[in-house]
Amino acid sequence: MMPTSDYDPACLPDLLPLYYRRLFPFSQYYRWLSYGGVSKNYFQNREFSFTLKDDIYVRYQSFTTQNELEKEMQKMVPYKVDIGAVYSHRPSQHNAVKSGAFQALEKELVFDIDMTDYDDVRRCCSAADICSKCWTLMIIAIRILDRALREDFGFHHLLWVYSGRRGVHCWVCDDAARKLSVAARSAVAEYLSLVKGGEETLRKVVLSDPIHPFINHSLSVVERYFQQYAIVEQDILGSKESVDKVLALLLVQFPDVFICLCVSVKSSIKKGGQYFDKEIMLQYCYPRLDVNVSKGVNHLLKSPFSVHPKTGRISVPIDLKELNTFDPFEVPTISLICEELERPTADEAEEDDVKDKENEQEAGERRRIRDYKRTSLAKYVKVFDRFLEAMARSWKGEMLKKSGELETSFSVFLTFMSFTYT
Amino acid sequence: RQFYQRARRRKKLIGNFQNDLYDQCLQFYGQPPLENISLTEFETFAVERLKLLKTVENVGVSCGKSSEQYTKKLDAEISSLNFPHRGGISEYEKRRKDHISHFILRLAYCQTEDLRRWFIQQEMDLFRYRFNCLHSKHKTDFLHKNNLKYETVSAEEKKNLKDKLIASSYGLSGTKVEEHDVYKVPFQDALDLVRTRKVYLLAGNAYIPHHEIVTIVLNDFRTRLSKALAMTARSLPAVQSDERLQPLLSHLSHAYVGQDYSIQKNIGKISLEQIDALSGKSFPLCMRHLHKALRENHHLRHGGRMQYGLFLKGIGLTLEQALQFWRSEFVKGKVDADKFDKAYAYSVRHMFGKEGKRTDYTPYSCMKVILSNPPSQGDYHGCPFRHSDPELLKQKLQNYKVSPSGINQILELVKGMHYQLACQKYFELTHNVEDAGFSLNHPNQYFTESQKLLNGGRDIKKEVDMSQRSQENPASVTHPSQANSKQAHEEMGDLDSFFQDE
Repeated sequence: MMPTSDYDPACLPDLLPLYYRRLFPFSQYYRWLSYGGVSKNYFQNREFSFTLKDDIYVRYQSFTTQNELEKEMQKMVPYKVDIGAVYSHRPSQHNAVKSGAFQALEKELVFDIDMTDYDDVRRCCSAADICSKCWTLMIIAIRILDRALREDFGFHHLLWVYSGRRGVHCWVCDDAARKLSVAARSAVAEYLSLVKGGEETLRKVVLSDPIHPFINHSLSVVERYFQQYAIVEQDILGSKESVDKVLALLLVQFPDVFICLCVSVKSSIKKGGQYFDKEIMLQYCYPRLDVNVSKGVNHLLKSPFSVHPKTGRISVPIDLKELNTFDPFEVPTISLICEELERPTADEAEEDDVKDKENEQEAGERRRIRDYKRTSLAKYVKVFDRFLEAMARSWKGEMLKKSGELETSFSVFLTFMSFTYT
Repeated sequence: RQFYQRARRRKKLIGNFQNDLYDQCLQFYGQPPLENISLTEFETFAVERLKLLKTVENVGVSCGKSSEQYTKKLDAEISSLNFPHRGGISEYEKRRKDHISHFILRLAYCQTEDLRRWFIQQEMDLFRYRFNCLHSKHKTDFLHKNNLKYETVSAEEKKNLKDKLIASSYGLSGTKVEEHDVYKVPFQDALDLVRTRKVYLLAGNAYIPHHEIVTIVLNDFRTRLSKALAMTARSLPAVQSDERLQPLLSHLSHAYVGQDYSIQKNIGKISLEQIDALSGKSFPLCMRHLHKALRENHHLRHGGRMQYGLFLKGIGLTLEQALQFWRSEFVKGKVDADKFDKAYAYSVRHMFGKEGKRTDYTPYSCMKVILSNPPSQGDYHGCPFRHSDPELLKQKLQNYKVSPSGINQILELVKGMHYQLACQKYFELTHNVEDAGFSLNHPNQYFTESQKLLNGGRDIKKEVDMSQRSQENPASVTHPSQANSKQAHEEMGDLDSFFQDE
């Protein structure tokens, strides 16, 4: 078990500069958002927004190079970083553009799963709190959405990120995803939505024949986790109030525990639809998306590797291969990694010799790469690296398509080299 | 002799033309017509297509769009107006008319958002209807001829995916999958089906059964037409400067384009006893005024009888009810039953289309009430916001308990000549809502919207306690589920003892 330094928000002004100078993975970040240079000015026309100290919020930040991005972030020391769309012009110059001409053109397709949207079906926590018991909901959400986005929609490059407090984000980075219209994004989000209705609606999931293959796939995921989540972790049969809630949905039957209750409730069973048990499972466990987050092309979403000011946790990528063992409380805080940075290690002496032979920027980068590797952040950057590698292979295909083969193979070779550099 | 030769040559040309230009019954209207036509043809074609589109709208509202009645009525109208349809041998003239009339109406309907929306909606419904009438083979031909690159799925893939296809698409059976084509389309081209999850998705493709391909084609149609109308609007000034065309185009687009309530819905749902109460709660001011005058004087003159009588027909009164209604009122006045049957009953039957052959027995739209047949002394018809003296209007509104600030707002609108907006404001004030939620242009629309609001979104109910309803809030989605939960709670009563022991 990793020791966690206690995080105190008051330390942020001291920790953030260190984080941005020595730990934030700028070169991977820049590589990601440049998307292989396939489209001109893709990075330059990207909007970033920063929340500075004292809640000062600035939009339409944009940068021409990685270096400029680094320098600005180190100078402004943002508490929060959001990523927006790629526009028709440089966002920092949007006021100089004729009104109407400044348009959001492309952006990743994103999803935001927030634990507060499940408050009506979790008993362990509410609002911003989460715990290991309700974290299962996130696992279910990720499994269902990841499968659907890949298998149904044909997307390949998905980056799942822990938000730092109470949810997860998904960034779909395929070329086709980035080019989707508002209508298309909204259609995808609605296809993925099954739980509908607010405070007033009791029965939030309604199933009827025939059951779409997507729903069946999702049900098989939910069924795997339902027993563990709803009965054990959430203990939905543990109090009268909770049982009432369940029975109000006219629960049909489930594990043995229910059978004795079913006798008195039998008369109600006939009134429900034939899929009541499935509907209940879905109402308790199926992912709840905010369609509005997904549908806007210009919507700003928290950036990966941003710090969460309230918890101090870094928004780290999630490795889906290790999803079952992912523990949000193990995610490093900024105080932890800054502390780990100060600890000396054995190999440092050797590397110092090599330092003299390189130019300053490369040396700085090398140092930084060495730096994060010494901290708990390392494994998460690795996840990000793997994600980038997979995408790079697709950029190769794009580049070849765009220009003549001979010309690009050389630049592709170089791009490849820089990926394998770390 | 020269003439004869020329005529023969022209016939031959037309013959060739026929083979190429209008070889298909249905078209996407991609290319504008290039020939010269006479002004008469211009006008006739346009008016007839407008009639057709209005029928499309009315029939769509009163019958379900896939019902037998819908098919019968549209078939009849298309034939009687001489438009192409199920494909026949000598359809050349009809197809030519179809082509030209569509483009003329584009000119008339491209100018405002409302007009465009209406035009696109009716053209889409018409297109959908005609496409669905085509034989399966002709559908495929149409897709190919129009370069709609929808790939068909191989027999083997169909077999592998059969169960999944059946589970995702409505109305798809095993045999249908085997016998008919299934199309593979990028999901971005099938958003309506994706959004409602009515299609099977795999690797980014939507698998669309033959009978649903029309939805995809329609989306395409709408996108193209929308773009075309925007372009037409830009080049319109040039067209409008032609003095021959300008009056006609103007007349076409000012024609009332909303529902005309000529085909009755809710027939017999209103009883005569309800009319007094309804007149206070759901009638627009003009009809409330007419009703009051009728009750007080036991008589209405011709203009008033027409305006009010057609309105009543529009809200669902049957002929028998109407006869009873008018007779009972007139008889209280100076008219005896005999005279009523001789003189007035005829005109009531006329309104219901049971006498003679009137072309216009549709309830009057606001436009018609405001613009035509102004009332004179002794008349009670017309639009009070237009035709009443502002002082009298103010008094009347005060009598009807409209708030002083509300009255001022209405009078302001009247001063600015916004009569329909004034009536809309009257709706908002009497129904206690901030926004009517619709754009008023027909008295029957006022009635329908009012009933909708007061009945919580459901249709007219037979027994309506108006005073209770007026306080109800419009959000009605919650009612059914609240009712269920109440029931469920009642039934759980005996479970209390189960938990008592804790």
